Amino acid sequence: MNFPILSSITLLPILGAIFILIFNNKTNENKNVIYVSLFTSVMTLFLAIFLWYVFDKSSSEFQFVEEKNWISGYIKFKFGIDGISILFIVLTAFITPICVISCINSVKNRLKEFLIAILFLESFMIGVFCSLDLVVFYLFFEAGLIPMFLIIGIWGGPKRVYAAFKFFLFTLLGSVLMLVAIISIYWITGTTDLTEIFVIKIPVEYQYVLWLAFFSSFAVKMPMWPVHTWLPDAHVEAPTAGSVILAAILLKMAGYGFLRFSIGMFPVASEYFVPLIFTLSVIAIIYTSLVALMQEDMKKLIAYSSVAHMGFVTLGIFTFTKQGIEGSIFQMLSHGLISAALFLCVGVVYDRVHSRLIGSYGGLVNILPKYSLVFAVFMLGAIGLPGTSGFVGEILVLLGVFQKNFLVAILASIGVILGAAYMLWLYKRVILGRLEKKELTELKDLNLSEGLMLFLLAGLTLFLGFYPNLILDTIHVSVDKLINDYQMNLILNTVK
Amino acid sequence: MPYLLIFFPLLGSILGYSVKFLGDRYSEIITTTLVVISAILSCIIFYNGVVHDLYGNYKILDWISSGNLKVNWSINIDPLSSIMLVVVTSISSLVHIYSIGYMSHDPNKPRFMSYLSLFTFSMLMLVVSDNFLQLFFGWEGVGLCSYLLIGFWYKKESANNAAIKAFLVNRVGDFGLAIGIFLIFYYFGTVNYSEVFIKAAASIDKEISFLGFNTNLITIICLSLFIGAMGKSAQFLFHTWLPDAMEGPTPVSALIHAATMVTAGVFLVVRCSPLFEYSEVALNFVAIIGMITAVFAASVAIVQNDIKKIIAYSTCSQLGYMFFAAGVGAYHVAIFHLFTHAFFKALLFLGSGSVIHAFKDEQDIRLMGGVWKKLPYTWILMLIGTLALTGFPFLSGFYSKDAIIEFAYFKGTSIGYYAMAVGIFTAFLTAIYSWRLFFITFHGNYNNKNIAIEKTHESPLIMLLPLIILALGAVFAGYLFKDMLIGYNYLDFWKNSIFFVKKIEHLHLPLWLLLVTPVLVVAAVPITYYLYIKDTSILSGLKKFNEPLHNFLLNKWYFDELYEFLFIKPLKVIGYILWKKGDQNIIDRYGPDGFSKVIKFFSNKAVKFQSGFIYDYAFVMLLGLSFLLTYLIIN
Repeated sequence: MNFPILSSITLLPILGAIFILIFNNKTNENKNVIYVSLFTSVMTLFLAIFLWYVFDKSSSEFQFVEEKNWISGYIKFKFGIDGISILFIVLTAFITPICVISCINSVKNRLKEFLIAILFLESFMIGVFCSLDLVVFYLFFEAGLIPMFLIIGIWGGPKRVYAAFKFFLFTLLGSVLMLVAIISIYWITGTTDLTEIFVIKIPVEYQYVLWLAFFSSFAVKMPMWPVHTWLPDAHVEAPTAGSVILAAILLKMAGYGFLRFSIGMFPVASEYFVPLIFTLSVIAIIYTSLVALMQEDMKKLIAYSSVAHMGFVTLGIFTFTKQGIEGSIFQMLSHGLISAALFLCVGVVYDRVHSRLIGSYGGLVNILPKYSLVFAVFMLGAIGLPGTSGFVGEILVLLGVFQKNFLVAILASIGVILGAAYMLWLYKRVILGRLEKKELTELKDLNLSEGLMLFLLAGLTLFLGFYPNLILDTIHVSVDKLINDYQMNLILNTVK
Repeated sequence: MPYLLIFFPLLGSILGYSVKFLGDRYSEIITTTLVVISAILSCIIFYNGVVHDLYGNYKILDWISSGNLKVNWSINIDPLSSIMLVVVTSISSLVHIYSIGYMSHDPNKPRFMSYLSLFTFSMLMLVVSDNFLQLFFGWEGVGLCSYLLIGFWYKKESANNAAIKAFLVNRVGDFGLAIGIFLIFYYFGTVNYSEVFIKAAASIDKEISFLGFNTNLITIICLSLFIGAMGKSAQFLFHTWLPDAMEGPTPVSALIHAATMVTAGVFLVVRCSPLFEYSEVALNFVAIIGMITAVFAASVAIVQNDIKKIIAYSTCSQLGYMFFAAGVGAYHVAIFHLFTHAFFKALLFLGSGSVIHAFKDEQDIRLMGGVWKKLPYTWILMLIGTLALTGFPFLSGFYSKDAIIEFAYFKGTSIGYYAMAVGIFTAFLTAIYSWRLFFITFHGNYNNKNIAIEKTHESPLIMLLPLIILALGAVFAGYLFKDMLIGYNYLDFWKNSIFFVKKIEHLHLPLWLLLVTPVLVVAAVPITYYLYIKDTSILSGLKKFNEPLHNFLLNKWYFDELYEFLFIKPLKVIGYILWKKGDQNIIDRYGPDGFSKVIKFFSNKAVKFQSGFIYDYAFVMLLGLSFLLTYLIIN
């Protein structure tokens, strides 16, 4: 294919942002920028869906590959996607318009700059999922930090500066190590092109250190226990749209990184560090579930539950079984929808009452029936009820883990019980009961834009729960290749 | 046809809720009609199965496929599922009809009807599944509907708490079920019943190491699955949610917490008979849990005062019967008891709903009494229900309960004999608490000070009609179906849907065994009447004399308090500690906050160097120079 479709899809949101920046019309400014950014992001979504449609699901090779010399002789600019990345691109393109719509109700000042930041962020994230070159990947991966940092730091809550710095400090610390690792990979193999590295293969003796360096970056982004503490703060302080992007997409970059880079480049080290990952993941699942149980702030509760759900993702990836990895990918996508929706739900009442504390609510079902209905769907999705997308991911991961380690699977299953406990309790305290607080009696139910976003997400959550093959069919071949390559590498290594 | 049967309730649920703007009546009519059609269809399917041997497997859609895991949405009709279909849809349609009357004053009728239909759909999905994952879907689906319906009156704090409790206790059970499914998939590579059962038969003696214990594979699978069954069927240790679940509207109790959902555990064990048959240990465990539950729940039921809680404990106890029937290998008898129990227990619940309705939502039987002439139909219907439950000769409970006791005797092992003894003893307890409920509610003196006796009223026809149909079932179901379901040629009906390693022989019963239960049950009537109505002084003397025992029973053996102490409080405390101490005091303190403190500290020091005075800088330069020189010299 000659047309550089991947570059186009990556650059489209930035184009939109520049357009907003240049054509500055003071009258009706807010309306115009919303329309422009909505138009751009919806076009990106169409493009992404088109891409998914023309994508050849039966091939395990990277498709739509674009290659250009960048710093001649050293670094190539290389894009390409396989069955795993295409879905993350679709997810990103799907979540962004939703964020834009959510801004209508929640962002009151500097809307233009906010939307520009969101569009830039979208470009960077799509870039992450397209990159096939380590340096390009690193640039996009880190560039994403900047708009997010600004979103938290400028449009955030009262403790926004603390949260923004904590976020930056944690993520940057991990990333620096990754940069060092990328440079050393270049010295070892002479290239930063991922496909070439897969062929050349990094010598086993280097793999362990390099794996740890990449791990430190991904673990922070994931986030894994014990480097997860930035996430609750970042979520609490971030505006709704920021939380949505953070939970739905930024966290997924780490899971994607593990799949694409850690397993692909360092198979031997990946195998070696399985116990570490399993331990941290299981601690994350149980620890954060317990912590979530005691939260008084809705966003914190959902943030902690995200850490627990991401624990399932890392567990699944490092089982190296078909069910485990497919389950992880599915769990990431489903969590992308569900957690985004949960943060939107919090945003809906926050816009009206300006409190995130669970104690400020109660009995909302009496006056907000539609809201209560969609909230219920997402709550059930978050606790992994069969028939929602949350179940498919969890059950596949657990089936995969069970093949590797009984104890880990059993402990992780306990997390599922706790998950039900904190979500149901949250729902009870916020939605059910009598409406006793006077200031709540005047609340209005979902308006058109909110209803549109939330019912769409609820519909998708249920649809994927009943027909997950829509997703699974796309990833089968790529996951097969991933596992086969991995096992071939292990065998080669033992033969040596 | 099977497709329509399954999806009509789902359609009803969706339509029933979405047409609510047209008016409550429409959603009532739509949901009820669709479920009634389902019931008729399932009777046709049952008939076709029995007469024409029309069974089969119908695929709906692919569900999950990943590697060697391939799961479909499918409808599997075999003798076991067809009889469950009849039970579920018929009780469900009667409850739908009854609810129209019972909920007539409730502002949220469409939501209620919609939940009921959704429940019916989930239960049907559970029953007709041909694999463990779809079973799990239905299993959690009915749990969800149970949660929604228990908490239906969401303004009541107690109802919300009961709903959460039910969901969570079930989740603990489901954890066991999930582990069972994982084990099955891991060792057999499939979750389809038929393939699993074939592969299981080939690995009877396989030993595995499970968390450091060496156990038999089939045994550990069966035990895990059974934990799920215990949760769903409110067996001993998992029973605490069922009495609390009575916070929901009474039709819900009749449908979910008596006739259908709680029997899902029994269904699971029977469905997995090809696994359980190969594990003596698991079967004995099932039998023992069943026996304990039967006695325990009956003992608690004797002293309770809430009309619905008594019946709830009674359900618990009858489920215990079903389990120990399955545990002694008489799966078909367990299902037979499930079948008859559905009728008379739904009858009792709906009848008690009628009583509660008459007393304007009063549930304490001590505040009733003497109204049998005011509520003649309800009185007669409750009488039939009570007779059937106690196993009064020739009513349906008599056939199924005596069959359980007999088959326990046929088993011939020590577990079998214990089960027989427990069965007889519990039958006696059952008779006592049932008649106590009946006499205190309808006879003796009128004890309610809030409502004048003249104000109590009989229920409308739309509530009585389902009761009458259920009463017919409670009287005749046992007699009509006993030959087919548990007669000498029971395998002609069950075919291969239930698996027996060896067919249970019908032996000759000793005369005393034939007589002892009916005699005890009949004798309990005058005894109870005398103790609770004629002369209450004996009992109150006994109560005073055994105060601790009475309290022990009244507080349900203190299980709720024990669990609160053992699980709920510690978990909350640990959560709090991890958050405050773990996250904030350790990770953050030594992580980012500590880091920034250290940097701040050093930068503060560094700031002091930049004093702006030349002699400061000169001094530092000199210092540096001297270090450099020293280093060079030493080298």
